[in-house]
Amino acid sequence: MAVGPASLARPAPAAGRSFTLRDLLEREGVWSWLMLTPGVLFLLAFVAYPFFYGIFLSLQERRVTQSGVFVGLSNFETLLHDAVFWQITRNTFVYTIVATLLKLAGGLAMALVMHQHFRGKNLARAFLLLPFIVPTILSTVAWMWILDPTFSVVNWTLVKAGVMKAGPSWLGNASLAMVSIIVVNTWRGLPFYGITLLAGLQTIAPDLYEAAAIDGANARQRFRHVTLPIIKPVLIIVTMFSVIFTFSDFQLVYALTHGGPANATHLFATFAFDVGMSGGQFGMGAAVALSMLPPLALLIVALTLYLRRE
Amino acid sequence: MIAGGRGIGARSLRLYLPLAFFLVAMLFPFYWMAITSIKPNRELYNARIMPLVVHQPTLKHYVDLLTQTSFLTWTYNTLLVAVVSTAVSLVLGTMIAYPLARMNFPGAAVVAIGVAATYLVPQPLLFIPMADIINRLELGNTLSAVMLTYPTLLIPFCAWLLMGYFKSVPRELEEAARIDGASRWQAMVRVVLPLCTPGLLSAGIFAFTLAQNEFLYALIFLTRSEIRTVPVGAITELIRGDVFYWGQLMAAALLGSVPVAIIYSFFVDYYVAGLTAGSVKN
Repeated sequence: MAVGPASLARPAPAAGRSFTLRDLLEREGVWSWLMLTPGVLFLLAFVAYPFFYGIFLSLQERRVTQSGVFVGLSNFETLLHDAVFWQITRNTFVYTIVATLLKLAGGLAMALVMHQHFRGKNLARAFLLLPFIVPTILSTVAWMWILDPTFSVVNWTLVKAGVMKAGPSWLGNASLAMVSIIVVNTWRGLPFYGITLLAGLQTIAPDLYEAAAIDGANARQRFRHVTLPIIKPVLIIVTMFSVIFTFSDFQLVYALTHGGPANATHLFATFAFDVGMSGGQFGMGAAVALSMLPPLALLIVALTLYLRRE
Repeated sequence: MIAGGRGIGARSLRLYLPLAFFLVAMLFPFYWMAITSIKPNRELYNARIMPLVVHQPTLKHYVDLLTQTSFLTWTYNTLLVAVVSTAVSLVLGTMIAYPLARMNFPGAAVVAIGVAATYLVPQPLLFIPMADIINRLELGNTLSAVMLTYPTLLIPFCAWLLMGYFKSVPRELEEAARIDGASRWQAMVRVVLPLCTPGLLSAGIFAFTLAQNEFLYALIFLTRSEIRTVPVGAITELIRGDVFYWGQLMAAALLGSVPVAIIYSFFVDYYVAGLTAGSVKN
């Protein structure tokens, strides 16, 4: 397999040719780059190129079927004067911040509960992780039925319990629809936090707790001064990962609310899809998608540097 | 172990109660999926009947799903695409991760940062230009379109995960093989990779579930019924206009989760290792 282009061995004399070729290919730098090239070329062609092509598209007035006209920053200007765009920006931030805080708190609680000795722990862990592994669209279908306007089991329970006479329309009311997508996102993402943080907790040596207990630290102090500092790197990485993918979430919202009612739950990604794909305005759609970039870029750069440093 | 307190009362409070809460909260939607899929329509659409249990179970929705829709084709497509893109991504991911983890060469740092960055660039940033590119390549409405685009999500992930495993194999083992006359390639394939089987399994299983979960590219590129994947097929063909075929939708959701669930149940430890490797080990 480790056969490169023969031209690499150009200067070799006929007699020592095969030896020289092999020698050259075995050189650390040459061999490494031969290995890397297919994958790197693929990523350049299908990640880097689309990324820059997206920037190019966002500077065009471009309908799907027509060729583009360069319009400079006018797509972005239009967006900045569009109330809907600002609503979507607000939606995305609310969605990301609230869901992240809930997942962080819930995930930490789950990890602490799981970080005890009990029978069937591995089985419990496997079950708790299910929301994260089942394809999102398929589990969201279950949530659509749970939140159905007429046959919602949540409403049935609320009515039976005497909390209210008739249940609300979870996906039909602007605020409740936002609550709903946040709940479903939290449900799906919480196990990721829980199980990852659990793995972090398991790296803590038990004698650290014993030492702290001997020094008279109570449970809360032990958590603050022993547990938290040790799992901090894991906590930071998990949270930043999750923030990036929550901020750019598409699937769940597309299936559950389609951005409705009246744009109340549209996020950058779902709005970009509506404009670019359903509306056929490639240029404007690319501009909407790129609006995610400034906050995301900050996060991505921070996380990349952090990962490299670790 | 962390909190104080003794006896069964304290233990229920800090273990059994919260554990039960988490289990119910995480699993209820799956329970709901399962019982909805075996309820007859007269139970589904009658708000007066207690909905938490099934009174007269039926397999009608499953029969309808398998006979009246292209569900089996969607399943085949989903598995085919997931297997192909996982295999491609494992090979290319290994070829990227191995030199980055074990070799010194000019440009290594740039490539490593590039791979990390491509791993973190979310798909919604790329899908519109990608749609245009796929159109120009005349791959629209073919499974090749998704087989080509899924590895863009999976390769950076595999490479990143595998780097950690490759770093953990001592250099001496490889050097010994090289002294015995093995080429770099042979040392990799015969010495280092076999030692990294758990890592390769983790990366493969994780990539497989990611591929099964993918929706955005499939939604954009697959608009004919015969080439759709399960998530796209379910959401576009079992919901027609305002009509939701709830029973069939739930049956599809449940059956569509089965391949992932089976693989997951066999390799749950590798999956968890893959999940945590990126954040804990590195």
